[in-house]
Amino acid sequence: MTDTETPRAETSYESVDAVLDSLDDEGLDGYSYAYLDEHTKREVRRSILKAVAIPGHQVPYASRPMPLARGWGTGGIQASLSILGPTDTFKVIDQGSDESVNAANIRRLARDTAAVETTTDTTDSDVIQTRHRIPEEALSEDQILVLQVPVTDALRKVDPSDAANRRRHAHKNYGKMWVHLYENVVEWGEINIASRYPTMVAGRYLMDPSPIPRWDVPKLDDADNLFVFAAGREARLYAVPPNTDVEPLAFEDREFQVERFGDATCQFCGSDDTYLVEIEGDDGETRYVCNDTSFCEKRQDDPELAKDHHRERDVSWGPGTPSEGADATGGDGT
Amino acid sequence: MSLLSADGVTRIYGSGCEACRDRTGDAAGTNQCPACGSVVACADVDLDLQPREVLGIVGESGSGKSSLAELLALEPNQDGHVHGSVEYANHPGNLLDVDYETRHALRNGHISLVHQHIRDGLDLDFSGGGNVAEKLLASGWRNYEDVRERVASLFEETEIPVERMDDPTHTYSGGMQRRVQIARALAINPEIVVLDEPTTGLDVSVQARVLDMFRRIQREEDVAAIVVSHDLGVVRLLADRTLVMRHGRVIESGLTDRVLEDPHHEYTQTLINSAI
Repeated sequence: MTDTETPRAETSYESVDAVLDSLDDEGLDGYSYAYLDEHTKREVRRSILKAVAIPGHQVPYASRPMPLARGWGTGGIQASLSILGPTDTFKVIDQGSDESVNAANIRRLARDTAAVETTTDTTDSDVIQTRHRIPEEALSEDQILVLQVPVTDALRKVDPSDAANRRRHAHKNYGKMWVHLYENVVEWGEINIASRYPTMVAGRYLMDPSPIPRWDVPKLDDADNLFVFAAGREARLYAVPPNTDVEPLAFEDREFQVERFGDATCQFCGSDDTYLVEIEGDDGETRYVCNDTSFCEKRQDDPELAKDHHRERDVSWGPGTPSEGADATGGDGT
Repeated sequence: MSLLSADGVTRIYGSGCEACRDRTGDAAGTNQCPACGSVVACADVDLDLQPREVLGIVGESGSGKSSLAELLALEPNQDGHVHGSVEYANHPGNLLDVDYETRHALRNGHISLVHQHIRDGLDLDFSGGGNVAEKLLASGWRNYEDVRERVASLFEETEIPVERMDDPTHTYSGGMQRRVQIARALAINPEIVVLDEPTTGLDVSVQARVLDMFRRIQREEDVAAIVVSHDLGVVRLLADRTLVMRHGRVIESGLTDRVLEDPHHEYTQTLINSAI
């Protein structure tokens, strides 16, 4: 078929503006629904099903190139786009914020290619893609949380060999990780792992819960929603199905603890039961604000709003208000 | 009833052929099969170990001592073809056939190995205490203070300065690293400890102290041991009975005193006479 020419080559444009004007379909003509081709989406969905069947186990998948560098959420995007349908509402969070450039771009990609509604409201969404946070508001059985994962294996911290670590997972041999925790307590008097806290899923597989803060780890336990963890660079995904036991590793006498903020409250909404981050104002003073901006806005309207306000029954969702004197625990480790 | 007994244990590295066993060994004067080139590390080894007994295995370098020791101690990296059977009193079946998980369970509660090479047995980036704690944690200890206490008492018992227990193991002296290995091996109160060349590379005074320490603990804890060494002095000090190996075969065995004072086999006589 040597005489075939592409339609575009036949047209001669006078200027860049004319080219842009001609793209009245926004250039999306010819793209598959939800950007990925159907085979890719099916493959990702099958991998997710396998991951759900073996909670916490890392399942390989193909991981296509995306219009974004690997390591910027390509795993999350592939998982999200594979499970989104036209009736879904999609939310993207980047470190608690809906407004970061990356979150906004991912949201727009889904809106343009998958024709989904987008929202910043956690309770309105069906699928939430998130980087390094789990929302403060309790998720329900109708929702799916897709977490972006930079490092899939919790054991890589103690042994860089994936082959050896796969063998350890196969045999539930997590002695090395326990030594890591032991040495952590020796050094700090308590387990001082800021993020990627090693967690046991369903009493079987050790899982890297992605770099969520310790604050969010208890939310994984016995949750009503499905968690999907997807890594684009490493081409692996794993899942925590609803109502699964998820237990952070800790010693009987050095228990798992979430972050402590002392007396700090959010300077916008006044909350003292949310994950706070420090910001430095122009006056050089440090203030605390909610990390989850969507919930912070709701709290600004209604300071008494519960984290499970939208649910019919009471849902335990992550840590409550840290108890008084929580700072005193820990010990000196000797 | 014996605690551990081996029957016809054979380990061949390489493809192996029918002639391997006949054309190697002491009579043939080699452990490499001239037909197929495979190395017969050990062949047709029978031994048994009684409770609280120390069994010595001596022989020159390359005689198959370590290959045998690794088999008896359930080392996971089992290269080569393995035949024969090893029976252990507290576990039904042949130890050479167990799956990874059983092997893991046995190694974390019944049989410990002190490796010939420090790097095989210890993670030098972990602290000395962490290396000992690993055994406890892997066998299900979940109380930090209990682990800490047990590690400190093991350090005391093996005469390692307790104040060094949180330093990285690579900062330890050779003798201390050897002691950490022994502390680690004893952590879970095993029934059997296999020591592969426990004093290699240590100077004579440290050798004496490590052996003294091990002999004391072995008697206090009533643990059975298999001591593999090329050094007759080590075996003389520790072992009740001794096997002499050459070219992968056991050529002589008996009470240590008898073997050392009245060696029957020509090679054993040479070995004893050439000790400096």
